[in-house]
Amino acid sequence: MLSIKNLTVNVNDKQILKGINLEIKPGEIHAIMGPNGSGKSTLSHILSGKAGYTVTGGSVTYQGKDLLEMPPEIRAREGVFLAFQYPVEIPGVSNIYLLKAALNSIRKHHGQPEVDAMDFLTLVKDKVRLLEMDEKFLYRAVNEGFSGGEKKRNEILQMAILEPKLCILDETDSGLDIDALKVVAEGVNSLRTANRSFVMVTHYQRLLDYIKPDFVHVLANGQIVKSGGAELALELEEKGYSWLEDSKAAV
Amino acid sequence: MTAATASRYTAEYSSIAPTLPGQNLPWLTALRQDALTKFSAQGFPSLREEEWRYTNVSAIEKKLFSSSLIGQAQEPVATELLAAYQLPDAWSVVLLDGHFCAELSALNDLPETVSVMSMADALAKQPEIVERYINQAVTNDEHNFVAFNTAWFTDGLFVHVPAKLVLEKPIQVVHLNTKNDALASTRTVIVAEQMADIKVIETFVGLDIAYLSAAVTEVFVGVNADVTLYKMQCESNKAYHFGGIYVKQAKHARFIHHNFAFGGLLARCDIHTDLDLASECELNGLYLGVNRQHIDNHTRINHLKPHGISRELYKGVLDDRARGVFQGRVIVAEDAQKTDSQMNNRNLLLSNDAEADTKPQLEIYADDVKCAHGVTVGQLDEKSIFYLQSRCIDEETARNMLTFAFANEMVDKIKIKSVHDQALEQVLIRFPQEGVNKEWL
Repeated sequence: MLSIKNLTVNVNDKQILKGINLEIKPGEIHAIMGPNGSGKSTLSHILSGKAGYTVTGGSVTYQGKDLLEMPPEIRAREGVFLAFQYPVEIPGVSNIYLLKAALNSIRKHHGQPEVDAMDFLTLVKDKVRLLEMDEKFLYRAVNEGFSGGEKKRNEILQMAILEPKLCILDETDSGLDIDALKVVAEGVNSLRTANRSFVMVTHYQRLLDYIKPDFVHVLANGQIVKSGGAELALELEEKGYSWLEDSKAAV
Repeated sequence: MTAATASRYTAEYSSIAPTLPGQNLPWLTALRQDALTKFSAQGFPSLREEEWRYTNVSAIEKKLFSSSLIGQAQEPVATELLAAYQLPDAWSVVLLDGHFCAELSALNDLPETVSVMSMADALAKQPEIVERYINQAVTNDEHNFVAFNTAWFTDGLFVHVPAKLVLEKPIQVVHLNTKNDALASTRTVIVAEQMADIKVIETFVGLDIAYLSAAVTEVFVGVNADVTLYKMQCESNKAYHFGGIYVKQAKHARFIHHNFAFGGLLARCDIHTDLDLASECELNGLYLGVNRQHIDNHTRINHLKPHGISRELYKGVLDDRARGVFQGRVIVAEDAQKTDSQMNNRNLLLSNDAEADTKPQLEIYADDVKCAHGVTVGQLDEKSIFYLQSRCIDEETARNMLTFAFANEMVDKIKIKSVHDQALEQVLIRFPQEGVNKEWL
């Protein structure tokens, strides 16, 4: 699904990622954890194609194609979905309009006709129920005046409708209370399939109580310093990050 | 100098005066005479006046726009234009080149206690009520466009709604301009008595010709009454437009204004409102400028008494060599404690040659108030563009979509569906549609 090899990335001539290697197979859930400033967000931004980063070395291959060559919208149409840490408010565009525009862009990309209006409405309403959202949300402007939890739920709603192959969740748990976290996690879990992969970028172990990862990687100073199974997250919760940062410094 | 050019208008006045409505009313004749004297002395406002420093009206002075007389034949093309703008679900008064046109208007089934009629009719049938209100929300001293309007107005709209009456349908006045080089000077008075609730739409349209449309509207919102006023300014792109809206809000009165400035080569609109104890006003504005359009909006919110609330948001999208001006003043009198006021002006420039001039002003004489203002002039937000791209939308479509969205936020505030759809149509006509699929809206 995704293969990152020796990736190095600069921001304003400062090296942020210093040789990342990561293999993600279909259906796997990988959690990327690490302290503030470790490069977690940079990694998710690079994968989704945000401007402002310079790739200085290495490669990212997505389904056999060079991901870094694709503009952000092509990545999205090919099935890469970034759930934002801070979803953007867009007054003047309704949620349902954006969903329709996005879904039809994907269909056009794959040579399919526009989605039928009635089918679309049925699909959207099903997903809205799944995420315990109010239907009225669909007709409100994108994220405008939404609470933190509503915004995150809205990201998962988009994900549920666009059916991506690779989902990148950037600090999805930040700003969520426990009830909202559960709803979001249930939403994500319901989207798990044998072919869909997830990358969860998170600072805390909390989210991983609800979405169980197959692999946990610790990112520190721009490198993956330790990888393991779900149990690694628990160890981190107990010990913090400093022992890993220190061990790396000793290498 | 300006007086000299104004004399072209004043020289013509004596021939026009006998045709104006309300000839038999001494108080009106005196009012018009006073206005004429003021106008003759100084002509149209000049750039030297602070409130007019961005508005160059010399083109109006150089030309002579003449009042047209009643009874000219209607062109079919004008009927077509009217059909596009006349709302199906409203009582409507059509002012054709500044004169009431009964055949085109629709005033059936009005509640008996409600007056909706042309100003000329009102001056003939109930002059004593008109006298009570006209020139009370604004005076000839405001500036010479108001004086000019008072002296020259040929007709207009008169609305009087008694206490506690909630009008189920909106009232629309369509200013339809069909004559080249003509002047349409109209005066409107809207009165909502205590606890009444009305919605009025002022629509301005014209054929693709040059004309001068000068419309002054006075609104009186009674105690605890609600007035929502819409202005759909869709004048021809060769036309000159001056509009003045002057509002008096009684205690606990609510006034909402939606100002859509789409047309005109040179268009200016002044909106002033005076707030009494605990009254509330909301001023929304959207101006879209293309080619060489100059669109000017001036608002003044006068908090005279305590506990008033005002909310103002004006947005402009300017392309090509268009220029948009926003001057917004909020005045909080010494007595107006606990005033809560917010004023915002946001401008989106789509071309290097477009210009936005913005001047928010707060004058606060009270010491326990909450007043905020904000202004932006800029381009589209890169974060929003990336967000849309990450949702499968290409960059150009994203930009078009966001430009539309910027304007559409104001359209979405309209609560009457037919008015909403009309405004949406105007926005879509003026801006790149590639980003917006109308069928999905």
